[in-house]
Amino acid sequence: MTATAVPKRSRFKMNAFQQEALNGFLFISPWIIGFTVFVLGPMIALIYLSFNRWDLVGDPRWVGLRNYTRLFSDDLFLQSLKVTIGYGLGRVPLGIIVALSAALLLNQKVKFVGIWRVIYYMPVVLPSVAVSLVWMWIYNPRYGVLNGFISQVFGGEGPRWLDDPLLVLPSLMVMAVWVAAGRNMIIYLSGLQGISEDLYDASAIDGAGSWHQFWKITLPLLTPIIFFNLVTGMIDTFKLFTQAYVMTEGGPRNASLFFTYYLYQNAFQQFRMGYASAMALVVFVIIMILTLVVFRWSRAWVYYESEIVGGGG
Amino acid sequence: MADSSMSIDRTSVADAGHAGARRHWLTYISSRTLIYLILILGALFIFVPLAWTLSTSLKTEAQTLAYPPTWIPNPIQWRNYPDALTARPFDRYYMNTFIITILSVIGQILSSALVAYGFARFRFPGRNTLFMIVLSTLMIPFHLLIIPRFILFKYLGWLDTLLPLIIPNFFGGAFSIFLLRQYFQTIPLELDEAAKIDGASPWQIFWQILLPLAKPALGAVAVFEFMSAWQDFLGPLIYLSSDRNYTVSVGLAAFRNDYFTAWHLYMAAAAVAMVVPLIVFFLAQRYFISGVALTGSGGSKG
Repeated sequence: MTATAVPKRSRFKMNAFQQEALNGFLFISPWIIGFTVFVLGPMIALIYLSFNRWDLVGDPRWVGLRNYTRLFSDDLFLQSLKVTIGYGLGRVPLGIIVALSAALLLNQKVKFVGIWRVIYYMPVVLPSVAVSLVWMWIYNPRYGVLNGFISQVFGGEGPRWLDDPLLVLPSLMVMAVWVAAGRNMIIYLSGLQGISEDLYDASAIDGAGSWHQFWKITLPLLTPIIFFNLVTGMIDTFKLFTQAYVMTEGGPRNASLFFTYYLYQNAFQQFRMGYASAMALVVFVIIMILTLVVFRWSRAWVYYESEIVGGGG
Repeated sequence: MADSSMSIDRTSVADAGHAGARRHWLTYISSRTLIYLILILGALFIFVPLAWTLSTSLKTEAQTLAYPPTWIPNPIQWRNYPDALTARPFDRYYMNTFIITILSVIGQILSSALVAYGFARFRFPGRNTLFMIVLSTLMIPFHLLIIPRFILFKYLGWLDTLLPLIIPNFFGGAFSIFLLRQYFQTIPLELDEAAKIDGASPWQIFWQILLPLAKPALGAVAVFEFMSAWQDFLGPLIYLSSDRNYTVSVGLAAFRNDYFTAWHLYMAAAAVAMVVPLIVFFLAQRYFISGVALTGSGGSKG
């Protein structure tokens, strides 16, 4: 930088850099505009609104921290957090185990891998409202196919599934596995196919059995994908809405009052825009903290020698 | 099969070494059988809900309320389909959904490819920070921003139009940008350099060299965007208020509230709503599979 003996050339160089930078900014400008208008702006508006009382009519009225203090004595809000987190704690590990097991099976040099893959992937592409209607009908206590099967095989009446406060979340978890296991299975499968055969061969020479190989080679090399699955699963749980809206309406007795559904009720059915904004912000902070914790925790178990995993695709 | 096992049986008596081979062969066969058994059970788990949908969609209302439930509709009532699809203006809903989906896909591909090209091929101050911001927006559950976005679209006068569901897609999506940038970086820089020497502008390099080479990644972005636009429910539910602007998903949910127990009609409408994405999936499955695999590898690289 200091050796600018020939100013003319140096100026030319600077111009080339500036030209490149200008082009770069031009190409990414759609994202910068979109980010400002649809993410950053709304974020600031959300913070502002959370200190106001507003029903969309007239002007917002400043209420200071009142929305927040009210929030922490709102039993339904706390219930919605309990439901969402409880559901996530069940559904995320369940999804990982099912998808990983299916991927391990398909990786055993089975015939027609392509066909199995397509079959298992299929439910992911179906619209969630249609899927919700289908599973509602499957779980129907009286006329549904599930209880029909139960009564024919075991006799007697089956459980009330979505109408039972204890069974509603497990029932929704099974449906979620049906929907998403295939997609996650493909992610694991591509990870498995990226693991070099040499590692297994070498460990087999050392006398490692297949169980030992799974724990010492396969699983450690898949930890980055498991971690990815954990984070996306967590975020998806906080987004869950359709099932609550179409299938359960948050019931029975608020046992499936998912957070996004409660947010929707407050904002778009009762028009408490300020209160709902405070709610969204608190959950935003909770998700941030959870993500940070999971990231921090991941250092203890995620294997970051990612040369071997993830070459698939 | 029986013959070969017999012959192994006979020789195994004679030779202890063959006995080991036979045992090995038996464990192989039984583990294979187990694997296929589990795979078939998994496939059944996938198919039963779909078969149940199809079966119900062809029943009479009386049959849907039979106890215990039956699988084979008798008689087969085909008119459930026209009945369900005309009970509400589903033709409008499909038209709206197609418009939203197609424009969203086009917008998402064009804008994300431009942005990804900017991040992949140009050096500018703050590039890494900005790209980190792109990645971090992947972590934000956007449902949390529905309130201010709703208010924004209200002020723009876009409520109860398809615009809020289309226009944001013309400003790039974080996931698509990430996927395309990764892909552009695998394309050798020499191609750009050679074109630059021939006097091509950055725009020409993008349009004539990189874009045609990135078809697999563009295909993955297109199918993902198609699915997310087709599946979106909360967005259209909030932004659209009049019946003629509904999407298929919102229409389906509204249809469910029209009657109390018209399950044969609900299942017919649901089956039709599932057919369109299934067709797209079967036509473009390799993009789905490779796109999902790319997601995983992207995820594993942090």
